[in-house]
Amino acid sequence: MIRAGGLRPYRAIVGARFRVLLQYRAAALAGLWTQVVFGLVLIMVYEAFYRSSSPATQPIAFAQVASYVWFGQALFAMLPWSADAEVRAMVRSGAVAYELCRPVDLYGLWYARAVAQRSAPTLLRAVPMALIAALVLPRVGLGEWRLAPPPSLACAAGAAVALLGAFVLSCALSTLNNVSLLWTLGGEGVVLLMTTVVTLLSGLAVPLPLLPGWAQPVLAWLPFAGLFDLPFRVYAGHLAPGQLASVLVRQTGWTLALIALGRWLLGRGLRRLVVQGG
Amino acid sequence: MAQIVVDNLVKTYRVAERTPGLWGALRGVARRTHRTVRALDGVSFSIDRGELVGYIGPNGAGKSTTVKALSGILVPDGGRCEVAGRVPWRDRIAHVAEIGVVFGQRTQLWWDLPVIESFDLLREIYRVPGDRYRQARDQMIELLDLGALLDVPVRQLSLGQRMRADLAAALLHGPAILFLDEPTIGLDAVSKLAVRDFIKQINRDRGVTVILTTHDMDDIEALCTRVMVIAGGKILSDGTLVALRAQVTRERWLTVDLVDAGAAIDEPGATEIRRDGHRVCLAFDPEVVPPAALIQRLAGRHAIRDLFVENPPIEAIVARLYASHGQAP
Repeated sequence: MIRAGGLRPYRAIVGARFRVLLQYRAAALAGLWTQVVFGLVLIMVYEAFYRSSSPATQPIAFAQVASYVWFGQALFAMLPWSADAEVRAMVRSGAVAYELCRPVDLYGLWYARAVAQRSAPTLLRAVPMALIAALVLPRVGLGEWRLAPPPSLACAAGAAVALLGAFVLSCALSTLNNVSLLWTLGGEGVVLLMTTVVTLLSGLAVPLPLLPGWAQPVLAWLPFAGLFDLPFRVYAGHLAPGQLASVLVRQTGWTLALIALGRWLLGRGLRRLVVQGG
Repeated sequence: MAQIVVDNLVKTYRVAERTPGLWGALRGVARRTHRTVRALDGVSFSIDRGELVGYIGPNGAGKSTTVKALSGILVPDGGRCEVAGRVPWRDRIAHVAEIGVVFGQRTQLWWDLPVIESFDLLREIYRVPGDRYRQARDQMIELLDLGALLDVPVRQLSLGQRMRADLAAALLHGPAILFLDEPTIGLDAVSKLAVRDFIKQINRDRGVTVILTTHDMDDIEALCTRVMVIAGGKILSDGTLVALRAQVTRERWLTVDLVDAGAAIDEPGATEIRRDGHRVCLAFDPEVVPPAALIQRLAGRHAIRDLFVENPPIEAIVARLYASHGQAP
């Protein structure tokens, strides 16, 4: 039913959205700058924090915190903290009616949008961000604050695979954000909640190892750790390359569950949808 | 056999009601009152292949709801609806592959992409084979005179240009049925004519069935052999324009240019409905007062410069039909 006729339409949608999003270079540059500043501020806070306590009692070393922060900032655009502005506009104006007039699976179509939404800006930002954090910082005398390279080639390769898992997971969550727009017309409520949840539970705001011990099992179980905390641990060598399989299983399991949830919600949302404007 | 069959279609909306003012808003937080609106209240009709049907009615009459049900976007609460043997919302994907839709107030083109890239993207979405696509695309570009617009991003098009591009977009996959929801809304005179010509052409030359909702009676008079009138979720009239007129009124209008602007006219069987300087407009029923007799009597009493008899404009007919069913036009 869904895959009839192949993936051509979905590929075309990803390609078109991708090209459009790549045009937003000024936004990418502004975003890059914001995140460099944000990363620096976070690291300063952690430095103060580590200086005023005894570092030996902390679950991870300061240098790793710095790497963790930069890893998160580099992948910021890939995280599912927002909804697609185009979907929001469509639901508001009623142009979403046209989406329903397409002979394609609507969930697939929206997932394809999320793929473009999460990949294009990430490509624009992640690489320069990583370069700044890994190469520029040591040259300006901030070597301790840098993004450290992975300890081995295996770690780097493992991280690349884990990031792919994080990407499909993030797209499933992003699609869920977009589906929620069918309920909250303003598009703010659920998405705002999602922003907070994602920033906190993925480790973007505070590295997950620094959160209280009692929370750790829950954090590890939730899907958000798969977004970049787990890939970072593979990258930094905290998780042996052999544990990559378990990371992927968790990411894929959550992705499949969230896709199922998204499909179900989309079906319900469409049934109650009254296309705006007559 | 009919291509589109609609039988006793019903759709109700629940609308949250709010009492005005701050107190009303506060009360709305605690308890919402809902009002149900019957957008479609037992609508039935059938349409044959190749027909060009106008669908008119006041705002909120149920026109768009019908079109949305027919295009599979909206699930009605009751009744039957089949398009080319399919229930639109149950077989959505197969159904929408064979229809074209234009909602006049919105665009189906990609805002940031040039027109031609939107077309290419639609080709992928509808999985149109390459040669068929190129043929359809070139034909549309020619018929709608889009050649100069192909590389322009959609957001830079004027409304008229955009509508032409939207019409092309709706037909690239060669649908047998075209739903047009207010395709001429907001267009200037030239664009309106271009859109009308095009609709007529694809209906005549390709046998595409067209269902057209509009508020512009000139659209109806220029295009439609059949017109359906809906108000309050019910079909009030369905037939030719001539039949619609006959159903509402037999009235004719006689317009007379008098030499003496002040002359009072008092003719039995004729009522003065308008006077503008020397020009007087009289309404009469030709079955009661034969037009020849009326003109003769008038000419005998007044000095007349010019006169002509006409049907009331279709706007007046439709307004009267809406009014007779308690609907503001």
